[in-house]
Amino acid sequence: MAEVRLQQIRHSYNVDAGEETEYALEKIDQVWEDGGAYALLGPSGCGKSTLLNIVSGLLQPTEGKVLFNNNDVTSTTPDQRNIAQIFQFPVVYDTMTVHDNLAFPLRNRKMGNAEIKERVKTVAEMLDLTASLNQRASGLTADGKQKISLGRGLVRSDVNIMMFDEPLTVIDPHLKWQLRTKLKQLHRQVGFTMVYVTHDQTEALTFADKVAVMFEGEVVQFGTPEELFLSPNHTFVGHFIGSPGMNFLPCELDEGFLVFSGNRIKKSAPITQPETTKKIELGVRPEFIKIDSNGFPVNIIRIDDIGRYRIVKVEHSGYFFNVYVPEEFEVPTENLRVSFDPQNTHIYCDGWLYDKKEPS
Amino acid sequence: MALEFKNLSKKEYNVTFIAPFSLKLKPGIFNTILGPTLSGKTTLLRLMAGLEKPTSGEIWHKEINVTKLPVQQRNVAMVYQQFINYPTMTVFENIASPLRVKKITEKEVKSRVHKVAELLKISPLLKRRPDELSGGQQQRVALARALTKEAELVLLDEPLANLDYKLREELREELPRLFAETGATVVYTTTEPSEALLLGGYSATLHEGRITQYDPTQSLYKDPISLVAAKTFSDPPLNTVKVEKNSEGIFLEDGAHWKTSKYTNNPNGNYTLGFRAHHLKLFSTKNDDLKLTGEVLVTEISGSESFVHLKANGNNWVVHTHGIYNFKEEEQIEMYLSLSNCYLFDTEGSRVYDE
Amino acid sequence: MITRVPNQKAWFMVLPVILLVAFNAVIPLMTVVNYSVQETFGNNVFFWEGFRWYEEVLRSERFHASMTRQIVFTSIVLLIEIPLGIAIALTMPRKGLGATLCLVLMSLPLLIPWNVVGAMWNIFALPEIGFLGHVVNSMGIDYNFTQQPISAWVTVIAMDVWHWTSLVVLLSYAGLTAIPEAFYHAAQIDTATKWQIFRYIQLPKIKHVLTIAILLRFMDSFMIYTEPFVLTGGGPGNSTTFLSTDLVKIALGQFDLGPAAAMSLIYFLIVLLLCWVFYTLMMRNEDQ
Repeated sequence: MAEVRLQQIRHSYNVDAGEETEYALEKIDQVWEDGGAYALLGPSGCGKSTLLNIVSGLLQPTEGKVLFNNNDVTSTTPDQRNIAQIFQFPVVYDTMTVHDNLAFPLRNRKMGNAEIKERVKTVAEMLDLTASLNQRASGLTADGKQKISLGRGLVRSDVNIMMFDEPLTVIDPHLKWQLRTKLKQLHRQVGFTMVYVTHDQTEALTFADKVAVMFEGEVVQFGTPEELFLSPNHTFVGHFIGSPGMNFLPCELDEGFLVFSGNRIKKSAPITQPETTKKIELGVRPEFIKIDSNGFPVNIIRIDDIGRYRIVKVEHSGYFFNVYVPEEFEVPTENLRVSFDPQNTHIYCDGWLYDKKEPS
Repeated sequence: MALEFKNLSKKEYNVTFIAPFSLKLKPGIFNTILGPTLSGKTTLLRLMAGLEKPTSGEIWHKEINVTKLPVQQRNVAMVYQQFINYPTMTVFENIASPLRVKKITEKEVKSRVHKVAELLKISPLLKRRPDELSGGQQQRVALARALTKEAELVLLDEPLANLDYKLREELREELPRLFAETGATVVYTTTEPSEALLLGGYSATLHEGRITQYDPTQSLYKDPISLVAAKTFSDPPLNTVKVEKNSEGIFLEDGAHWKTSKYTNNPNGNYTLGFRAHHLKLFSTKNDDLKLTGEVLVTEISGSESFVHLKANGNNWVVHTHGIYNFKEEEQIEMYLSLSNCYLFDTEGSRVYDE
Repeated sequence: MITRVPNQKAWFMVLPVILLVAFNAVIPLMTVVNYSVQETFGNNVFFWEGFRWYEEVLRSERFHASMTRQIVFTSIVLLIEIPLGIAIALTMPRKGLGATLCLVLMSLPLLIPWNVVGAMWNIFALPEIGFLGHVVNSMGIDYNFTQQPISAWVTVIAMDVWHWTSLVVLLSYAGLTAIPEAFYHAAQIDTATKWQIFRYIQLPKIKHVLTIAILLRFMDSFMIYTEPFVLTGGGPGNSTTFLSTDLVKIALGQFDLGPAAAMSLIYFLIVLLLCWVFYTLMMRNEDQ
């Protein structure tokens, strides 16, 4: 278990990187506390796998340092860092039994046989693999094999950090649930520092205490799932988190009010007027728009029924946005009026959050 | 343009890949086939396309028996999970490829390709090659090619599965609109119930090669005819519990019960009660709510919602609720369940109804 | 309305090949079978002999001797070439200019016509004027493949290894490059040694291609003719006379068509049988 610090990491895949070359990672500074559960969330190509490989030692960063418990490990190899990594597809030693797979890392560390047996037994129980211990690893299903990969990391007691690179990619959706909850439970039990890389927001938000949302090589926001949901720093975070994501609409600041298409949404004080050259938008999640007979009128374009709730796509003055309507509420077929929750409507200037919450 | 399957099945070496089924697909809308991996979705699509010979049964298209017709003569387009495009051709040529087989003038080809590229927002990419494109763009090219063919039957085999979460959302929104205009019969396979719900249309649940139900998607979701169909169409997984029905009402194992006169038309005995995670509530909202207690195993929070995994009387249940709840492990919590939100299944797994 | 399948056109395309195969393989084979059950003294006069030739061949000392030599040769060659090929493939770089260079180098021996290979090695190994022959003799070893059976064997084996190991290398290399990086990463993290990585990851993953490589090498070495014939002519004496060389001697040298035909059929059946056994054994391991 270790605290991991990333200092000023920058990385380019071009061997001679100058100022002109494309960087896969731009200035990453992160502190991951000992025993915490973290996630790196972002679309393909945002650099999350690159960052993971830098932490595990499979990649040497062009610039910057990696510190485990304040020791500089940047130039060390993966086996010297005492890490565990679970990959996108199961990596098992096909010719060995499940038991031998789990015992493999321990045998290489010259642990006594009795102790190995004990540890393998404990970990197998944690992962519900006890029944298949003597089976050949190649015969297990995908999720069974992923559990073996997971188990090989858990058997070791010297693991500084455990990393998951989109581990549920090949798992059946019905089993994804089980494996996800199992991972969370394991984290509670074992207490390793864990980092989970994914492009699926549900996986990231349900697993981690804090999530780093990445976009084009940078960490755009690092916060708890609640923070990311309620006050996204950047329009990208607002868009990426939530299904559907945040609605962004053009707006104006007028006489101390936030105004959308002639409708006053809320008092925008105390905010200084930004320069007129910047683009101002308001961001509001579909969940914070309610059906309100005192609100402004909208036209219904489409209603998608997801069972638990409905997403109503509406139009007002040529702008489209989504409204979240829970199961119990009726959607009136005409004369629909909505209003935005002032507390949860944010102002974004050139993409960045403009009205940070005043500490109350 | 009705496509009808009569008693179609696929069996090989005594293994039944697709159990005999008869189905009439609704034209002009999305027909979603929902089932877990290895349930037979791809085999089913290949049977429909004519890529595989059925062991029994016939396929009828517009009153014509097309079972023996080879694929090239059927008007079918297929899009796969793995972004399949001709690697050596440009995007333009890829999209034009189905038109090249028909004798169409170059001008016509150009106009059609441009039109479709516009629809799929890939017009600036026409001169590039597939390996220069991102996954999402490659799949758009594959979809464009399928659209250009103007086939009467379009088969989509989990086309969005290899895409990023957000990209998937984007494309999923566009798909129904794209194919609606062509009037084609579209068959779309997926493992995720939420996708089926978002695409609308009709859905069929597939379980181990067997089609368990085929109905308008909303009806299937709200009214499953069997435990298997209900389970296939639930995400998070369906919560179940064994109950006993007698003249007083419906009883759980520990004695908790609903006093009710519902389901009296069905015999007394053992049943399975099924209910979705979001119907297990943390607060009482209905008159016929039954209070239950459970021990929390772990709580997952996803920004605005919480999934509480708990154990109640030996059953593993999930509560899916709006709002953030940070329950600790082993905490005892109370839940409320209304009988009107539950489905009752008999010991065979068939749904029983309250007349 | 059921339209007939237009695959008929495809049959016309295949017809030339069918005719070709018929002429070059089927008809000659049938001719051989014909000869193997008859006796002739020339002038196209044939007498029915039944299984006499088969019995004679199977009992003949000469057949047993060349069969033994063949088996020993094939075993030695397989035992050297397979491990050596894998070892070389393991050391070849995976990407970049080095990879291309190595691949080209490895392919070169395979491109040389087989009789040229034999001729090359013949001159190369000659004790007086050949480079190899001269060097070995000047090291104090008495080496003369035209006169000593042991030297002849060593030379024939060395030639085969030089000629054919590349095939094993190329096949193994193809198999190795197909292994995803993640496996090596995981092994690194598990602190596995190089030998463990080989044993538990690389070897299992190249099983398929290895099967093909072994099968190919077995068949080819069992039927080997051109290279040893050009190199040693089967000598000194008959110490490097393998099955096919012997067969040719009987058939064309002595013109005993009957025994030769019988022997060639027995030969053919042995190869077929052994290949089938090999293949089944390898494939059976797959299914487990």
